[in-house]
Amino acid sequence: MDAIVTIRDLGRLRPGDSGRIAGLAAIALPPEQEQRLLRMGFAEDARIEVRHEGPVGRDPIAVKVDGIIIALRRRDAEAILVEVDPPR
Amino acid sequence: MTVHASYRLALVGNPNCGKSALFNALTGGRQKVGNYPGVTVERRVGRLHTQGGSAIDLIDLPGSYSLSPRSPDEEVTQKVVLGQFEGELAPDAIICVVDATNLAFHLPLVLELKRLERPMLLALNMMDLAERDGIVVDVERLSAELGMPVVPTVAVRRAGTRSLVETLTSGVDELRARADEAAAVSAELPRDARALRREARRIARAAVLSEGVEHRVTRLLDTVFLHRIAGPLILLGLLFVMFQAVFSWAEVPMNWIDAGMVSLQHFGSSGISNPQLRSLVVDGIIAGVGSVVIFLPQILILFAFILLLEASGYMARAAFLMDRLMASVGLNGRAFIPLLSSFACAIPGIMAARTIDNPRDRLTTILVAPLMTCSARLPVYTLIIAAFIPNRPVLGAFGLQGVVMFALYLFGIVSALAIAAVLKRTLMRGASQPLLMELPKYQMPILRDLALGLWERARIFLRRAGGIILISMVVLWALSSFPPPPPGATEPAIYYSAAAWVGQGLQKIFAPIGFNWEISIALIPGLAAREVAVAALGTVYALSGTDDAVTSSLVETLRHAWTLPTALSFLAWYVFAPQCLSTLAITRRETNSWRWPVFMFFYLATMAYIAAGLTYWIARAVAG
Repeated sequence: MDAIVTIRDLGRLRPGDSGRIAGLAAIALPPEQEQRLLRMGFAEDARIEVRHEGPVGRDPIAVKVDGIIIALRRRDAEAILVEVDPPR
Repeated sequence: MTVHASYRLALVGNPNCGKSALFNALTGGRQKVGNYPGVTVERRVGRLHTQGGSAIDLIDLPGSYSLSPRSPDEEVTQKVVLGQFEGELAPDAIICVVDATNLAFHLPLVLELKRLERPMLLALNMMDLAERDGIVVDVERLSAELGMPVVPTVAVRRAGTRSLVETLTSGVDELRARADEAAAVSAELPRDARALRREARRIARAAVLSEGVEHRVTRLLDTVFLHRIAGPLILLGLLFVMFQAVFSWAEVPMNWIDAGMVSLQHFGSSGISNPQLRSLVVDGIIAGVGSVVIFLPQILILFAFILLLEASGYMARAAFLMDRLMASVGLNGRAFIPLLSSFACAIPGIMAARTIDNPRDRLTTILVAPLMTCSARLPVYTLIIAAFIPNRPVLGAFGLQGVVMFALYLFGIVSALAIAAVLKRTLMRGASQPLLMELPKYQMPILRDLALGLWERARIFLRRAGGIILISMVVLWALSSFPPPPPGATEPAIYYSAAAWVGQGLQKIFAPIGFNWEISIALIPGLAAREVAVAALGTVYALSGTDDAVTSSLVETLRHAWTLPTALSFLAWYVFAPQCLSTLAITRRETNSWRWPVFMFFYLATMAYIAAGLTYWIARAVAG
C-alpha cells in the first residue's frame, strides 16, 4: 500500500489536478479571509478539482469544490493546503 | 384552519439558487419593486392568493451565502430575517430556496436560518436539472433531517409552485408548531463555520441517494468559453455583436417611432388653432419627448443582451476572463460586472458595485462607472454619427458608423481603466480585495423573466420621458419662446429669447472647444438626463429654423448647422460628460457623503473639456 501523501498548496495546482483539502494555512491568513474561504466551501475534507486557468499568466483558476465552481487567484489559493490524489 | 388576512413570507437563498425565477413564477407580474429605506438595496414584494383565500405577501430577499453579512445586500437579508430592519416587520415564515443539484453547498445557510427557530420551509429548486443529471434526493429523509417541510420545485416550469402555495395555505400556524418541535434539535446546531459545513455535508450525503453525473453542458461550455485563447476572443466578439446589434436591429422600429412622431406633429399643427399652445405642443412636447422615446428600441436591445448574459451564467465567466486585466489597474474581475452593467445605465452599475466588499475598490469602481457608455448617451452618439459619419462599409462586413460607435465605447473603457489605475495609486491606495466568485452553472434564460426585466426597464425609461424629460422640455420651450421677438424681427424667434441670452453667455466658456450657443444651451438640460441634450437640440433647432425646418429631421438640420470638428468635439465631450443628476444622487446615497459626487462631477467636467478641446483643435488642423 502506498502511504505517501503529497500535500501542496492549491496555488500551485494545474487543471486536472484533484484532491482533498487538508486544511487552511492559519499563518498569513487573515481571519476575515479565512471566513470568506470557508463560506465558499473551502473547508477541511472537501473534494476539490482544478478546472480552468485564466488566459493571462494562468491566473485566476476555477476550482470545483463541494459541487460548485469557484474562481480565485493563485495568490489567494496558496492558503489552501491540498492532499493531492496520486496520478492515475 | 385559521384565516389570516395576510401572511408575510420571505424568500431566502444563496445567489444562483433560482430564487428570483421562483419569485417570478409565484407572483408573475404582480410585483412591486422599490428600495429599502436608507440603502439602495432593491426591495421586491409580490402578492399571491391561496386557495383558502388568504393573501400572501412574498418578499424576495437579496441572495446571501451566509447570515454573517459581507456586503450591504447580505446585511439587508440578515436584518430582515432577524426582524431587526427598521420599518420592516419580521416575516411570519421563511422559505429557504436551495439548488437540488448542489445540496452540500446550499445547506449551510439553511442550517444557519434554522438556528433562528422561525417557522420555515425548504423549496428544493431546480429539480428538473437534478433529474436530468441523475441526482436522486430522498425528500422525506431531507425533511426529517432538517425538521421542516420540503417541497420540490422547478421554477422554470412553475412546477411545484402550486404545491408550495398549498403547503403555505396549510398554515403558517402549523409551521410554527413544527418550529417549536425542531427547537430542541436546533439548539444543538453548530455555530462554527467549519462544523456547519461538516453537518451540511453529512445531511447532503444522507439525503442524496444518487449523486448522478455532473452537469455536462456546463463542463463542455466552459472548456470553450474559458479556453485560454478562444475564451477572450469569444468575449470580444460577443461585445462587438452586442454593439452592432444595438445599432442595426433597432433601425426599423426607430423609423416607425419617427414616422409616428412626425404624423403626430402634423396632427397637432393642423388641430390646434392657438399659436402659443400649438408651439408648446408641437415644438416643445412632441419634438422634445419624441426625440428621446425614439431610442427605446436601442436601450431595450442593450438591456436584453445584458439580462441574457446575466441569466445564462456567462457574466461570471466574463469576470473570470477579465480578472487579470482588472488586476493590472488594481481592481478584481468582480468589478467587471458593475462596469458592464454601466453600459446600460450607470445607476444599476453603481448599485452592482455593492458586491465588492473592499471599500476602496468599491469607491474606485463607482467613480469610473459613469465613463462606461450608458444607454442614455446612445441617443447623442447615434444622432451625431447619423448626421456626420457616412455609412460606408469598412473591412467588408462592418459599417463605418458601427465602427465609430465601437471606438467611442472603447475610448470610454480605456479611460475608465486608466483613471481607475490612477485612483488606486493615489486616493484609493491599498491592497485589493481577493477574488472569490462562484461560476454558476449555465442555464437557458427563462423568456418570461427576461420579458419581465425588459418591461421594467422600458417602464423606467418611459417614466423618465414622461417626467423629468417632459418638464425640462416645457421649461426649455418657455425659455426659448419668451420674450417674444420684436415687431419686424428678421431672425427666427429664438434669437430674441431668454434661451439665447443664456446660451450666448455659456458660449464664452465653450467657444474655445468649438461649441455654438445652441449646443451650450443643450448642455444644461443634458445635466438632468443625458439623452435630454438630444431633445433640447430638437427643441432649439425646431424653434430656430423656419417652418420647414420644424418638420425636417434633426439629422438634416445638424448636418447644415455644425462643422465636422464641432460634431466630433461634441462626441468627445459626451464620452466624459458630467453625469446626469440621478447618477450623482445614487453616488451620494451609495457613498453616504457629498464629497464623492462632487469630486466625480468636477473630475469628469475637466476631462470632458480637455478631451473635447483636443478633438476640436486636432480635427480643425487635419480638416484644414
